[in-house]
Amino acid sequence: MKEDIKLMKGNEAIAHAAIRYGADGYFGYPITPQSEVMETLMEEMPWETTGMVVLQAESEVAAINMVYGGASCGKAVMTSSSSPGVSLKQEGISYLAGAELPCLIVNVMRGGPGLGTIQPSQADYFQATKGGGHGDYHLITLAPASVQEMADFVALGFDLAFKYRNPAIILADGIIGQMMEKVVLPPFRKRRTEEKIRAQNPWATLGKPKGRKRNVITSLELDPAIMEQNNIRFQATYKRISENEIRFEEINCENADYLIVAFGSMSRICQKTIELAAEEGLKIGLLRPITLWPFPSEAIANHANHVKGILSAELNAGQMVEDVRLAVNGKVKVEHFGRLGGIVPTPDEVLNALKEKLM
Amino acid sequence: MKEEIIIAGFGGQGVLSMGKILAYSGLMEDKEVTWMPSYGPEQRGGTANVTVILSDERISSPVLNAFDIAVILNQPSLEKFESKVKPGGILIYDGYGIHHPPTRTDINIYRINAMEAAIEMNNIKALNMIVLGGLLKLKPMVSLENVLKGLKKSLPERHHHLIPINEQAILKGMEIIKKA
Repeated sequence: MKEDIKLMKGNEAIAHAAIRYGADGYFGYPITPQSEVMETLMEEMPWETTGMVVLQAESEVAAINMVYGGASCGKAVMTSSSSPGVSLKQEGISYLAGAELPCLIVNVMRGGPGLGTIQPSQADYFQATKGGGHGDYHLITLAPASVQEMADFVALGFDLAFKYRNPAIILADGIIGQMMEKVVLPPFRKRRTEEKIRAQNPWATLGKPKGRKRNVITSLELDPAIMEQNNIRFQATYKRISENEIRFEEINCENADYLIVAFGSMSRICQKTIELAAEEGLKIGLLRPITLWPFPSEAIANHANHVKGILSAELNAGQMVEDVRLAVNGKVKVEHFGRLGGIVPTPDEVLNALKEKLM
Repeated sequence: MKEEIIIAGFGGQGVLSMGKILAYSGLMEDKEVTWMPSYGPEQRGGTANVTVILSDERISSPVLNAFDIAVILNQPSLEKFESKVKPGGILIYDGYGIHHPPTRTDINIYRINAMEAAIEMNNIKALNMIVLGGLLKLKPMVSLENVLKGLKKSLPERHHHLIPINEQAILKGMEIIKKA
């Protein structure tokens, strides 16, 4: 057995991956089902090894604003929470997007609305992919479906955030956060030196050398003519992201008669659903969006030509289904199946729903 | 090989840690493993359960509607999971506190008086390892050697002196499991 294969929870994988990425800071506030992220960071004490700051803030609002501060200096900083806590962070997230700051946000979703329940849910899809806070903005939204991807998406999220100067979010849920699986942790990377941060992020507010204009990080611009130009620039960034960063996985889609679209833990359940279907001689494919924004609309639309129907299976009352419907634009019937408020369906339940709604 | 297992009982009986040790043992044998707890308020005093999947191939759903093996340590769990064992599958239960034993005839039912044995060993905490021993006797999906390695991995170092007691408990379980 190789040294770096471990058995751990998704939340723990996030923490280890952050240290190994060379993250500069984590700011959080505990909430079930993601508390192991900060617990693991505190246990590992990276401030003694890599110099990474780990800080329990007084609230979620404080934590996201600490992220704003760190990100303004070009540092690789992150926060994590679960649904009610991520709602509290929305003002800060909108400001981060408006100030074009890279950072990583993790939401290990639980059932809502309100304080809701501590059981798994995917009901924050709209919040993550359609803004969440105010203003015209998007987060690069990554949906892990395994503990391995919880580890891998930390580096991916940070890299994309820095590449596009835009916040990235890992949208996980209580299942992926709490279950243990085999994981190969990424190798250790050194934290970037201040010189390197300056070179990579000339916009960062790390002190003004002589002869250069002052760097200003703000989302405020009272002149609407300039603010419109800012927005046009943001939209151009979103367009570049949409053109280059769509990620998805297809299983048995090629000759499928029906298609299931599902992300995160629900896609794992649906993998079993298509196995059960195959035993009955039914050809069902599974398309798993890995980026929820940008959304793999084209890939889904391509299958609309050969399948008889599409089921969007989600742990919510029907959110991603809207994007699936937009993608296929009426070419084929699209139905939604979901369980709500923390209830997780079994694979056969999804198969029965597909038969009932589409066959 | 692929084994889909549910382990269920009261919180505090060591259900989750038994699953964890099984998962670590699988890891030692280079298998794919998934350990998914039912977590939350029910962990504290209510029923607790964990799904463990060991497989040679990539594991799909951690959430299952049917199991190859159910390990049952209390009555509410028996009521919940007896019907979820695949036909031809295995159900293991500890007779302690079970007033209405399982009745299905299309599955293989085994009884293990693990609580009694744990009391005899003067070590209530060994209960889950006795049950694990019984399970491994029926389904040697991982070797005893790798279970001990798994124990080493999952226990903090300060508890490593307890490994021999756990080994005894596993051997005890292998001895006392019987067809119900």
